[in-house]
Amino acid sequence: MSQLSSKHLLGISDITEDDINLIFKTAENFKQVINRPIKKVPSLRDTTIANVFFENSTRTKISFELAEKRLSADVVNFSSSNSSVKKGETLIDTVNNILAMKVDMVVMRHPVPGAHQFLSRHIDANIINAGDGTHEHPTQALLDAFSIRESLGDLKDKKIAIIGDILHSRVALSNIYCLQKLGAKVTVCGPPTLLPKYIGSLGVEVSNNLQETLEWCDCANMLRIQLERQEDKYFPSLREYSLQYGVTMPMLQNLKKEIILMHPGPINRGVEITSEVADSDQSIILNQVENGVAIRMAILYLLAGKPNS
Amino acid sequence: MKRIILEYPQVDLILTRICHQLVEDHGDFSQTAILALQPKGILLGKAIIQKLEMLFGIHATYGELDTTFHRDDFRRSDKLLIPNEVNIDFEIENKRIILVDDVLYTGRSIRAALDAVNDYGRPASIELVTLINRKYKREVPIQPDYIGENIDSRTDDYVKVEWNNNQCKVWIITDNTK
Repeated sequence: MSQLSSKHLLGISDITEDDINLIFKTAENFKQVINRPIKKVPSLRDTTIANVFFENSTRTKISFELAEKRLSADVVNFSSSNSSVKKGETLIDTVNNILAMKVDMVVMRHPVPGAHQFLSRHIDANIINAGDGTHEHPTQALLDAFSIRESLGDLKDKKIAIIGDILHSRVALSNIYCLQKLGAKVTVCGPPTLLPKYIGSLGVEVSNNLQETLEWCDCANMLRIQLERQEDKYFPSLREYSLQYGVTMPMLQNLKKEIILMHPGPINRGVEITSEVADSDQSIILNQVENGVAIRMAILYLLAGKPNS
Repeated sequence: MKRIILEYPQVDLILTRICHQLVEDHGDFSQTAILALQPKGILLGKAIIQKLEMLFGIHATYGELDTTFHRDDFRRSDKLLIPNEVNIDFEIENKRIILVDDVLYTGRSIRAALDAVNDYGRPASIELVTLINRKYKREVPIQPDYIGENIDSRTDDYVKVEWNNNQCKVWIITDNTK
């Protein structure tokens, strides 16, 4: 496998296991790069990348921007809150206007699931999905799987639990696709109101029991309660949620084996996990952040360098 | 057409000569490090390290450098450039660096290597060892300091360095159809 199978990264469902392994192999090289005295390489010095964010983002946007700058790309940032989108401009018009300024790649976050697929049919530039509504967040899934692999080795037959707000999470869906492509076993766990009705059809185990799930897994990926996407009440109170689905240090200490804990951020400390857990040796949350830059550098590099891309 | 231009023990004699030249210039190698270029310079680099140890008892500092991210044909090549591993577990700063590669031809790989080395610090000096110096096709002003063999070849010839259990053969492959 010497190049990616697609010219875009729209979702994990569109890429192959070989693609994922190529991204991981390249990310290992970039991890070396970002840990040396000069953290920058000139590979994308003739490439212009637009970060187009129709939805708020802090860490994904910073991570992409850092990855782009460390590859020497020129970067333009666009966010819908201070743009002509507010004046009624359509998605294609907005992006075509940006592309008319000779942009080679578009990193986009959009609230509508499938916005990236739609765009890929209308423009020539490489498109990278930085999150589309509750659908996919492929770069997060890749950095999560890469981080698990760093801690636990090959993912084949590893037991990974995804715990929390599965219903509103694009991270959950991309993680399920990615982990399954790498041969891991996945259980999703959360209150019945926050588990999509047909999630079992993706081939994952479904549980409402946190204790049992923690006892089963090698790694628990704790998802954030997305209060901003919850118009209805899905659980009585945050306190009750944290009592039933929050991970605490005594719970981890009582398990028969040591598991690793992840969180895509931002953490609601004291809700999904306690501060003690977040800051413990079993947590690889900050490794995820570091790996995020390396994974995004790898994706940008592989897409930009793909012949005839 | 394919013909051998160098083989064991000729290559062994060449390596012995290069090691003597290196020791003449670098003494006990206390301020010097050898950096072999990925992927094809690695076996030559290791052979030089072994020879230095065997002949002079010198344990030279050794690392492996990848130049992929500094190449000037990214997005211009007909295939994707996949990076190789970098192994440098010593400080480059103020070291005398000896780059090692098997064939010097256009000089572009070495140009990329000069940039790549600087990402790890500012060395005191950089020199170049090459087993085969193909003349007449240099595209940048770069010359080797230590040369195994100078060869004259057509631009469409291919020079292949083949290693087998530390023994090396060099082939020149000519496309007679052109």
